[in-house]
Amino acid sequence: MIALNKEKISIEKEQDVVFFRQRLKEHAVKIGMSVLNQTKLITAASELVRNMLKYGGGGEITIEVVNEKMQVGVRVIFADKGPGIPDISKAMQDGYSTGKSLGLGLPGAKRLVNEFDIKSTVGVGTTVSIVRWKNGF
Amino acid sequence: MGEFLLVTIQVDMYDRLALNLENDLVTMIKKVEAKGVLIDISAVSIVDSFMGRILGNIATMSKILDAETVVVGMQPAVAITLVELGLPLPGVHTALDVEKGMLLLQKKLNFYEEDEDGDLDQHDSTE
Repeated sequence: MIALNKEKISIEKEQDVVFFRQRLKEHAVKIGMSVLNQTKLITAASELVRNMLKYGGGGEITIEVVNEKMQVGVRVIFADKGPGIPDISKAMQDGYSTGKSLGLGLPGAKRLVNEFDIKSTVGVGTTVSIVRWKNGF
Repeated sequence: MGEFLLVTIQVDMYDRLALNLENDLVTMIKKVEAKGVLIDISAVSIVDSFMGRILGNIATMSKILDAETVVVGMQPAVAITLVELGLPLPGVHTALDVEKGMLLLQKKLNFYEEDEDGDLDQHDSTE
């Protein structure tokens, strides 16, 4: 996968989320992503950025336009230095939440994107990477 | 006849803003003795699980305060995304646009009023 263009946004407070979503939308629009795929991407990103703020105490997001095998898409990487997730398979279950949310954030976000990767080390932090292809299903 | 509250959300919401809306709306229902709440989300391009939960909460709270909630104008892409996300909107009535939402609210109010008077039962038995 080749990253064509890269932007880093640091997330410290809730208002940063609004700016991040706008920037993400601009990247998606620029490569001609359909409204439906844009909506799915931004909704997934919205779930993940909330997790990052709530559980990870904020962090840094990288937005990239990526290219692979004639496909173009947007990759978003969420990296925090929070407490980490002890049991990822549990966190990926629908309805599981350590907070008071619905527990849809991680599994829901995964359903809305084409590629989803999560790595977490307790005491070090969590990194989630998602890709939505412009014409992917 | 009760009054209706009409709320149009014009911006994409962040969490604090959504919580404020929830508070203000429930306070207003009590204050104006509203019987119905119509929330127009036609300008909203993202409804994530938090925003969905707020809509559900508003519907539940207004129900407890004896008011009905109708959400109108949801964009098709938002509807598809909500389903894939796996978010149910229990207790939230929806309609295509403001006009149809108003009709739905009126119909619901009439229905309950007739029901309380026992009119509906009589209709059924005479037919």
